[in-house]
Amino acid sequence: MSIDTAPTVSATALDATSGAATRRDIAHRLLMTLGPIFIALVIAGCILLAVGVDPLAYYGFVLEKGLFSPLGIQQTLTRMAPLLFLAAGLIVAFRAGMWNLGGDGQFLLGAVTAAASAPVFVQIMPAWLALFCSFLIAMVVAMIWSLVPALLRAYQGVNEIITTLMMTFLGTSLANVLVKLAFRDPNTTVPQTRTLPVEDRLPRLFETTITSGLLLGLAAIVIVHLVMTRTAFGLKLRIVGANPRAAVHSGLGVPGLTVAVFAISAGLAGLAGAVDIIGVQGNVRADWNPAYGLAVIPAVFLARMNGFAAIGFVFLLSVLSIGGESAARRLGVPNHFTLVLVSIVLIVLAVAEYFDHRYSQSRRT
Amino acid sequence: MSGFSSSSVAGRDIVALEGVTKRFPGIVANDSVDLSIRPGEVHVLLGENGAGKSTLIGMLSGLQQPDEGRILVDGKPTPITSPRHALALGIGTVFQHMMLVPTLTVAENLLLGGPWWQRPRTEELAARVAEITGTLGITVKLQAKVSELSLGEQQQVEILRAMLRNSRLLILDESTSMLTPKGIDELGALMRRLVEQGLAIVFITHKLKEAAAFGDRISVLKLGRKVGEIPPERFRALGEQEIVAEIVELMFGKQKDDPEAVERPVRTARAGAAPLLQVADLAVAPTDNAPGLSSISFDIRPGEILGIAGIDGNGQKQLAEALAGQRTATSGSVRLDGAAIETLSVGERRRRGLRYLTDDRLGEGTVGTFPVSINFFLKQVGAAPFWRNGVEQRAEIDKRATQLVREYDVRTPSLKTPVARLSGGNIQKVLLARELAEGAKVVIFNKPTYGLDLANTLASRQRIRDTAARGLAVLLISTDLEELLGMCDRIAVIANGALVGTVENVDDARTKVGRLMIGLAA
Repeated sequence: MSIDTAPTVSATALDATSGAATRRDIAHRLLMTLGPIFIALVIAGCILLAVGVDPLAYYGFVLEKGLFSPLGIQQTLTRMAPLLFLAAGLIVAFRAGMWNLGGDGQFLLGAVTAAASAPVFVQIMPAWLALFCSFLIAMVVAMIWSLVPALLRAYQGVNEIITTLMMTFLGTSLANVLVKLAFRDPNTTVPQTRTLPVEDRLPRLFETTITSGLLLGLAAIVIVHLVMTRTAFGLKLRIVGANPRAAVHSGLGVPGLTVAVFAISAGLAGLAGAVDIIGVQGNVRADWNPAYGLAVIPAVFLARMNGFAAIGFVFLLSVLSIGGESAARRLGVPNHFTLVLVSIVLIVLAVAEYFDHRYSQSRRT
Repeated sequence: MSGFSSSSVAGRDIVALEGVTKRFPGIVANDSVDLSIRPGEVHVLLGENGAGKSTLIGMLSGLQQPDEGRILVDGKPTPITSPRHALALGIGTVFQHMMLVPTLTVAENLLLGGPWWQRPRTEELAARVAEITGTLGITVKLQAKVSELSLGEQQQVEILRAMLRNSRLLILDESTSMLTPKGIDELGALMRRLVEQGLAIVFITHKLKEAAAFGDRISVLKLGRKVGEIPPERFRALGEQEIVAEIVELMFGKQKDDPEAVERPVRTARAGAAPLLQVADLAVAPTDNAPGLSSISFDIRPGEILGIAGIDGNGQKQLAEALAGQRTATSGSVRLDGAAIETLSVGERRRRGLRYLTDDRLGEGTVGTFPVSINFFLKQVGAAPFWRNGVEQRAEIDKRATQLVREYDVRTPSLKTPVARLSGGNIQKVLLARELAEGAKVVIFNKPTYGLDLANTLASRQRIRDTAARGLAVLLISTDLEELLGMCDRIAVIANGALVGTVENVDDARTKVGRLMIGLAA
């Protein structure tokens, strides 16, 4: 209504004045993100109090171990590498309106194939090429794994939330089977793949223990962000996500784009697995499943699928998980309390979003 | 339907507005409006888009609260706090935009809002619906999914729903804009029957003839203020022409004649030119609730406007989608400028010069959350000069978008404004700008003026005429017979997915098309 009666003003002139509005918008966004996090910390603190743990001690410990101690921060940054790849994959899928919740299966299959191939490749080709090939294989395997939900969604309209979740169960089991049967290292008693020698892994940064996979992860997420926001391909995916019928009407090949989205998203998840193995772990033990894929989802949501914001939230998640692991050992709080914390943040955020929406609605219409 | 006798309350206001003012940031949407709504009266609310009709309706239906003034229900000041409260007070609203759940059936939609602890009373519903639709003269497929109904059919369901809820005040927001001429007359007759039973009706329209034909009392809104009212006594004393003239005087303060009366086209028919669009034996398979198409054949020459008349839901949308490539044809051929295009994709057909201006502006025409600027180029994503090597050229896009905004008079606060925030008329301008851009040869307009106010309707029609004058072939699908008669060279009538006849638009075309539409031979 307000637009109808507004006089026609040159659009360019108005664009120039909208800078202040944009800044206000960003400030509002920050408040709407950091406010709920603070409230969630308070609520989680109450829970800690209820189980007899001093919340300040817990948070302090998390911060110290995850952020302020030299070793902790290095671990945190190292942990970020696979998480960034996973976040990049999720950003592509979510922006295109597709819920790839099968990240864990794709991650593990990527990890296992990378773990199986890298030790073989390093013996027959230069190290850089060997690692590159392992990355490639991990990516392709994860992409193939995503074909089932992708084709079902693209051509039959089957809900991908269900299919990717189901495929993730199959994927983790298959990864296990591969470790125990096909790729098992005959020289160890525990079922695990052959170990990639430390000197053949991704180099560490400077004199620290931080993996250079961190840089790859950062590059991946920045590239994904730029592709999604600045390119025609990214815009096509966003059209599909925002209004699939408009995509059809505009002549976009929606089925093809759907398959592409799944392939990219899963490929990045596969790379996440590879970067964790080739950069840090060196091998895959049977029944290993860090469940990063599901843990990253809240971070991507908190970042509203913005790549740069996602880097910040992935960092926060890393601090929480590294610090939380240490705090768990020291204070007897279960390891999973990090997940409790993250989920409280999400719930508070959703509630805040709801009230914010109602508030702006009541102001506008 | 309303369980009280009309005589006891006649002449007293069911609902009255006293000095109601509503402000939004930067604008006064309603400026001390007085309105009295009485049982037994059809109260017509007239005004252009942006005149404040929707805000007024919003306050009556409990969506918004007035900043000043008060609303009296049965003579008592009553703040209408919520839509639920409005319903409890007997105020039922049929909104301009669909408020149905598309994935549910019609019956399920009608049963929504019942007590959750009871089983849905399907049989009772069916009986009541049969009773109401009997008097309405419409048929409603209770078991059909809403998403499979045409927009016109969905609107009928909405009217039905308001009646099922025992409303004693029924607000119809632009309810006729999607109905056929016959449907409009039926609705008018129905409104008459309802008010005779003691119901009060607020009828929002911007079609002056409807206002004059169906109203008892007319209030004219302009830029948030009520600029005039014609009370029933005066209404009865005046003839239809005089009423129209008076309303026009109130609304525009300019000419006396009906501005919607379109002058007949004066065009030199280019009979000799080869047809730009040739359609032969086009067929589409029917789906559950949408008719298919069978043996559709027609030609359109350059500079010609071919109209498709017919009652809504007879395959118009299917025809447009089949031509645009969004719907698979089972057989037949489509030739654009001589070349067969029936196997090409949507994008390729567009590149060859076939443009489809959809009637579902927000549903598929635009991405509502995207800025106006991007929506101009939704069908050209990746094309130079707006994208180079796949990378967005912000400056180029903004430059061209600024041009289009100016050229098509799109009223938007900025290029970055999400397109869904614009009014229907301005969204339509964005679509017109997009489809008529360079390279167009054949343009399909599907209900191009549906839901637009008078100024935008006239502007859109002028665009269509200009399009034909440029030598393009135009297919104009409309349920507004006046529009077709005013613009087309020939009019084909569609019924049940087949063209039942084509009429040259000469003097007796109205009768011939009318006969074809109701199933008689021309």
